[in-house]
Amino acid sequence: MRYDQAGWLSRSITNIVLALWAIIVMFPMGWLIFSSFKTDQEIFFGPWALPESLQWNNFARAWSDARIGEYFINTLLVIVPAIFLTLLVASMAAYVIARFPFPGNRVLFYFFLAGMLFPVFLALVPLFFLLRDIKLLNTFSGLILVYIAYSLPFTVFFMTGFFRTIPSAFHEAAIIDGANQYQVFFRIMLPLAKSGLISMAIFNFLGMWNQYILPLILISKSDNYVLSQGLAFLSLQQRYENDWSGLFAAITLIMIPTLVVYIIFQGQIQKGLTAGALKG
Amino acid sequence: MYRNKYQLIIPFLFPALAIYLTFVIYPYGRSMYIAFTSWKGVSANIQFNGLANFERMWADANFWNALGNNLKYLAFVPLATIGLSLFLAFMLTQRVRFSHFYRIIFFFPQVMSVIAIGVLWSYVYHPTIGILTPLLRILRLEPLFNLLGFDGIPAWMGNPRTALLCVGAVVVWQGAGFFMVLFMAAMQDIPADYYEAAALDGAKRGDMFWKITLPLLWETLRAAAIFSILGAFNMFPLTMVMTNGQRGPNRATDVLATYLYEQAFESSRFGYATAIAVSLFLMVLTISVISMQATQRQTLEY
Repeated sequence: MRYDQAGWLSRSITNIVLALWAIIVMFPMGWLIFSSFKTDQEIFFGPWALPESLQWNNFARAWSDARIGEYFINTLLVIVPAIFLTLLVASMAAYVIARFPFPGNRVLFYFFLAGMLFPVFLALVPLFFLLRDIKLLNTFSGLILVYIAYSLPFTVFFMTGFFRTIPSAFHEAAIIDGANQYQVFFRIMLPLAKSGLISMAIFNFLGMWNQYILPLILISKSDNYVLSQGLAFLSLQQRYENDWSGLFAAITLIMIPTLVVYIIFQGQIQKGLTAGALKG
Repeated sequence: MYRNKYQLIIPFLFPALAIYLTFVIYPYGRSMYIAFTSWKGVSANIQFNGLANFERMWADANFWNALGNNLKYLAFVPLATIGLSLFLAFMLTQRVRFSHFYRIIFFFPQVMSVIAIGVLWSYVYHPTIGILTPLLRILRLEPLFNLLGFDGIPAWMGNPRTALLCVGAVVVWQGAGFFMVLFMAAMQDIPADYYEAAALDGAKRGDMFWKITLPLLWETLRAAAIFSILGAFNMFPLTMVMTNGQRGPNRATDVLATYLYEQAFESSRFGYATAIAVSLFLMVLTISVISMQATQRQTLEY
């Protein structure tokens, strides 16, 4: 591309705007990380000063006293099985919808799709009473089932599209080699769909990690809180106890694993999330 | 090969269908019934009360306040987010230095937990230990706020005039990078010849943006707009966490989602809360359909 005389000026403006937005994005996070190493006095009296010595015990307090460690484990205990089962159950349904003609096939596809039309707020009240009646309130298994259910529409939709693109030659060759239909699915189709499964794992991981409204209504026992809920609770509590350094350390602890995962997988994450938005 | 296909179809469909019907379809369907009852969650005999919940909503000042706040978000959040992210995307596709670095940084808030972001920002705005107020003091911007009719720098989340804007700013801050990546992907699909031909004809970069990039991005822009509109009608996690569940001073940041949550799970008015949820759903649906219809037909292909 050729630039005219004004090119130099417009390029400078471009660089300034980009740098400015980078500062706006990073500044609150930088401030958070510095503050999480300070004492409460330093946070109060010297917002711009660097920590005099690194207060590692802020993190110890956040991890054990403020129970961030427990919430972390709870979150993993919910999210890991929920993602695994979502991928399994959704792939099975998507595979059948994508590759086996049967009466009602299209209807079923749109039936799953319809789940994306409704805001989750519309389901909250009946969902709460349903889980109460089947004795799954305050349990991880209840939350796991609900997470799977609300991840299904998009995952089924996405994986159906994915299975349609796999050439049927693979399928036929396997059958000729004597594989049964189950083996074809688990040994051939799932491995072929690996990149789609990874996209959906990332997409659902971030959705479940961020989920707040569902645990808020379905988990009320603080022993079973997940991270988002625990952090919101902690923030409310610290408003009265003023342990700011502990709270900042807690937010940092929650941010760090996301940051590490993001830096490693950022290409895939950006692709997974934005592909999700476009096709949704 | 398809002789026994139902031996596969039925067990493969069953788990997904069973979970989906129980936890998604059943609650949605049941809501359509509960919205027309005066149910308070205790008794088994649910009293049908027709349109009473909707009449009550019509006369409920808090409902209108919450809806008004949703509409305020709708008025500025989608426009600000999409405008900013389009601008950033266009600049980053122009071969600038550090573009990879910028892309990584700008997208990061999108993967952070929205609760962590809400708590973080509520402290950025905090009047005594926050960082925003001292920053504006250093930049000597106090007179500006006096001009705007404030008595010095406002208390941000504590001031009903600024609280909603503060929450909205966080939405823009978080979402801009996401939409930017979305737009960049679409921009990279536009053939470079178009720009080269335009450059040969003496077109400026601004012209290229308005005449080439924007029309060819139309479909992506529509998807982004719908996403952003849906977001303006949610606002639940940020509102809850940034105002500690108190919906700001004088309900200044209360939205339909937080109001219906309060009605259901704090006041046990389950029938009424569900009626609000039904209205919320119908409004979102109407606005989405209208904006999709209004922006149709202008699509260009390349």
